[in-house]
Amino acid sequence: MKKIEAIVRPSKLEPLKEALLKFGIKGLTVSEVHGCGNQLGWKEYFRGSEVIVNMRPKVKFEIITADESVEELTKVIINTAKTGEVGDGKIFVYPVEEVIRIRTEESGEVAI
Amino acid sequence: MFDTGTTAFMLVCVMLVLLMTPGLAFFYGGLARRKNVVNTMFMSMMVLGVVGVVWVLAGHSFAYGGDGSISFFGGFDLLGSAGAVQGMLDSAASTPDTAGMLTSLADGSVKLSSVVIDGEQTQALVTVATGETYATLPIEAGYPELIDLAYQAAFAMITTAIITGSLAGRMKFGAVVAFVTIWVLLVYAPLAHMVWGGDGSLIGDTIGALDFAGGDVVHISSGLTGLILCLILGKRKGFGIVGYRPHNVPFVVLGAALLWFGWFGFNGGSAFAADGVAALAIVNTVAASAAALLSWSAIEKLKTGKSTLVGAATGLVAGLVVITPAAGFVEPWAAVIMGIIVSPICYFAISFLKHKIGYDDALDAFGCHAVGGITGGILTGLFCVPELSWTEFGGLFYTGDISLLVAQVLGILITVVYVTIFGLIIGFVVKLIFKGNLAVDAAAENEGLDTAVHGESAYPAYNGLD
Repeated sequence: MKKIEAIVRPSKLEPLKEALLKFGIKGLTVSEVHGCGNQLGWKEYFRGSEVIVNMRPKVKFEIITADESVEELTKVIINTAKTGEVGDGKIFVYPVEEVIRIRTEESGEVAI
Repeated sequence: MFDTGTTAFMLVCVMLVLLMTPGLAFFYGGLARRKNVVNTMFMSMMVLGVVGVVWVLAGHSFAYGGDGSISFFGGFDLLGSAGAVQGMLDSAASTPDTAGMLTSLADGSVKLSSVVIDGEQTQALVTVATGETYATLPIEAGYPELIDLAYQAAFAMITTAIITGSLAGRMKFGAVVAFVTIWVLLVYAPLAHMVWGGDGSLIGDTIGALDFAGGDVVHISSGLTGLILCLILGKRKGFGIVGYRPHNVPFVVLGAALLWFGWFGFNGGSAFAADGVAALAIVNTVAASAAALLSWSAIEKLKTGKSTLVGAATGLVAGLVVITPAAGFVEPWAAVIMGIIVSPICYFAISFLKHKIGYDDALDAFGCHAVGGITGGILTGLFCVPELSWTEFGGLFYTGDISLLVAQVLGILITVVYVTIFGLIIGFVVKLIFKGNLAVDAAAENEGLDTAVHGESAYPAYNGLD
């Protein structure tokens, strides 16, 4: 089992959610995150004084999936979240040791 | 010489109506998405700035200047509000015609010895020979015309700000500023003259349509303009695909509360006197808004199974809109009926018509204000108490005569035609000036107008906060 973590533009929240649900994932966790990467910050002004904002708002998707679906899922994410401009985000894939559904105490892939 | 009671009342009403525009900023701001809050609230605040200047310099003259010889336009004589201060000084210094009053009282039954005028009061004391006060006579005295200038400026502000609800989330800010500046001069001011310009005015006098506080002038004009402009502007990127949700429900209620509060000055002050008609207007405003809040909650419960707070706040505003043209003309029971009727109609327009036809009236300026204003104008023709009417005709319900109802419908039609023609012209001219596109580019719309257009986040995070 793998965990796919995708950090994308906030405007991609709705389209990516739609695309993933359409693909047939069993569930996902979304959180609002802030951070920085190659995409530089921007300037805001407070009564004429410059404020550098370099913590960009992003949306983080976390999906747990069976090993064989990883490639297809990352493709869906890339196709939906890619604009070609700096700031499209990143995808991280981690191994997952165990998944347990609390209600039934099932474990392994059936619990995803 | 001014009547201090009326003057004080009207000054308070001016301030109440002025509060409505920042109140609308909160109402719209709460309904907007998180990334467009600054832009949405700024549009209302920018209207406050633009109209506050433009009205004093030219708008008031276009609406209320001239000698009344033009049926759809004021004049140029009050440009820059010239003479306003001198006029105020002149009327403050004028003394009432005491000789004329004495003549009218001297019918032989009372022996008059003296008339005492208290310089600060508006009553003449008539005493008999023994020195005891026999009667007090009212002296005709109004309030400074300067108050009209501020009061009408406040009306022009809130009206123009209502339009911006249709534009939320995608319009170039410069184009908004350009549009509202031209619109308040070429649409609002002439329309105010047509309806409230007195003798010879097209809708108010020639047709004889009643509009107590601005059903035609304020709500139909702004809501319809919102519709026209959002059609020229185009839809938001995800309209019909993504469900937009209000980002801050308490802001919506705060805004509705400020609008409600201000509206008592809006409708009450439209009596232009601290009298019974003002009291009636205020009672009716309470009754209609409360009834509409209830009927909106009820129809939501029926249609979706749950009543929402945003729905109740929207119903409250719809009730305020529907009673606006009728506030000083109808009995309170009729105000309740009007409130009950308006919410289902606006609900239909917003939840069904908008999606069926597919216009992106983002925050429902058209669905709430134009639809509610038309409903109120027509119902005024039904429920107007004949004695309270500004014309010789009363409501159909009392008189069985359809003359007033016909006049109301005609007044609405002329408003619709005028606003449509000029809204389209101004909209396309501004579009041309802004290189053929009123909307921001797709990247800016996706990012949100707050940071993309204004470089200012409503809810900043992780930078400079702690």
